[in-house]
Amino acid sequence: MIDNAIYSINQFLLMDMGLAALGFLGMALLGGIGLALISAPLGVFVVWQRQSYFGATLAHSALLGVSVALLMETNLSITIIVVSLLIAWGIYTLSHTKQLSSDTLLGILAHSSLALGLILISLQNSVQIDLMSYLFGDILSINAFDILLIAFIGLLIALFYKAHWQDLLNITLNSELAHVEGTKVKQVQLQFVLLLALMIALSMKIVGVLLITSLLIIPAAAARRLAHTPEQMLGWSMVIGIISVLLGVAASYQWDLPTGPAIVMAATALFLLLLSKKQA
Amino acid sequence: MQSEPTINSSPAKCLLSAQHITHNFAGQEVLQEISLQIHQGEVITLIGPNGAGKSTLLKILLGLLKPSNGKVWRDKNLRIGFMPQKIQIDQTLPMTVRRFLDLAATQANKDSIPREQVLDDLNIEGLLDKPIQKISGGEMQRVLLARALYTQPQLLVLDEPVQGVDIQGQSEIYQYLNQIRNRYQFGILMVSHDLHIVMKHTDQVLCLNKHICCSGHPLEVSQSPDFITLFGAQEPGIAVYEHHHNSQQCEHSHGEGHIHLDSPISFAPSSKPDKILGHSCSDHNCGCSDSTSSNKS
Repeated sequence: MIDNAIYSINQFLLMDMGLAALGFLGMALLGGIGLALISAPLGVFVVWQRQSYFGATLAHSALLGVSVALLMETNLSITIIVVSLLIAWGIYTLSHTKQLSSDTLLGILAHSSLALGLILISLQNSVQIDLMSYLFGDILSINAFDILLIAFIGLLIALFYKAHWQDLLNITLNSELAHVEGTKVKQVQLQFVLLLALMIALSMKIVGVLLITSLLIIPAAAARRLAHTPEQMLGWSMVIGIISVLLGVAASYQWDLPTGPAIVMAATALFLLLLSKKQA
Repeated sequence: MQSEPTINSSPAKCLLSAQHITHNFAGQEVLQEISLQIHQGEVITLIGPNGAGKSTLLKILLGLLKPSNGKVWRDKNLRIGFMPQKIQIDQTLPMTVRRFLDLAATQANKDSIPREQVLDDLNIEGLLDKPIQKISGGEMQRVLLARALYTQPQLLVLDEPVQGVDIQGQSEIYQYLNQIRNRYQFGILMVSHDLHIVMKHTDQVLCLNKHICCSGHPLEVSQSPDFITLFGAQEPGIAVYEHHHNSQQCEHSHGEGHIHLDSPISFAPSSKPDKILGHSCSDHNCGCSDSTSSNKS
């Protein structure tokens, strides 16, 4: 039933909204640019709060979502999102019990959920799936519904940041100080983590499980050299992300390279280029 | 010299009160039956050896940690200015001192403590455009204090406010705190390893070693047997100081102040830093066989 509804939405977007005119390359570019825009605001905080391992864990466990979707024969995008949200919430709750160091905890969760995902996929003999496309992404498989989801999450992120930008900065500086000054630390952090899980679930199609973290942190890290303020770093991070997507897709088209890795290499090249620049 | 103890006779408004706080950490009791009150305009210093539970108690009072047992009451909408012991900011976050200060949240309707005044008093105008990661430890202490004051506190909570600050800086900070406390009438709760200079302006000292070993006016506390066993004997009311000389802090001239005080500094360290250690303990719960009150927490 859900799949029928999504099919109709897809058709509506393709035909009535004119997305079909873009062609698969145009859709890929649109999705990629949208993703660069939504990953930048999350990426800067992942970098500032040194949480890249957290992002990696979420990404690994997103593969579990793929296998669950295949097992239950549910919609792929939505199942990945639901599973990722559950896992993000689980990590968030566990990390507040402080029995294990969060580093160890994330290491256990990342790889056990990846392993479980791979086992579940292998059990389904009847289904032929291209595991490579989940590990490394397949930007050309983006459909109109994915673009709608990206736009929706972009809207959520924009609303969240509009309300909590200062709170997030204060939590990043020192969460205890923020708490004493009246910031609702736990609430804001949980919302941030859930948005991160959403974003990762979506970007899996584009750059794949193994490369998602790089989409989060490389543009942000490259933007550091150009920024004097947190807001500038966010802006530059978006710009660098978009350029990376454009360069990556172009290179992929030109030389028949895998698109996800090409995007990541483009971002890395920009990072290295900016590394030689003196700190702004 | 000092005013008489004003603890129970104080008519001032109660800002915060803790009743019978007990806290367990992994099955071990780290705090036992702690009760205390903080009033407007009052300075309370919490001292105790390493592992005495000072930080835990502070977290409970600030609402950062829920005690296993007992209640903490805070005045409705109490504005707390908090100065953490240290703060680590990742190099990747582009942030100037100015921005850091401006991020201070306040629920106050108007600034009763003018921000320009704070900047001027603490002498940090020159630091405003520097990246926050690039300032020295002593400068950071002043910036953190400024941020705490920016929140227009009714209660100022300081966790080891003079850690890593040289002797002159310490006395400056303490004198400044005393001045602004008198000017703006907020309460102060601070945590310290050592009484030393703190004693002078403190209304009440709480000596903590899992439970409150002794409390009262600094003069009484410093003479109480419990205190002496925990910290060794001190000359009452006079600063005893061990100068841990640190080469990094020696570049400035010792004659120049960092903080603009209303009156010149009026304290002199005692020439007799000898401590008498190892007195017999009158309180067996104290567990104070080890009386080294050396630095670092």
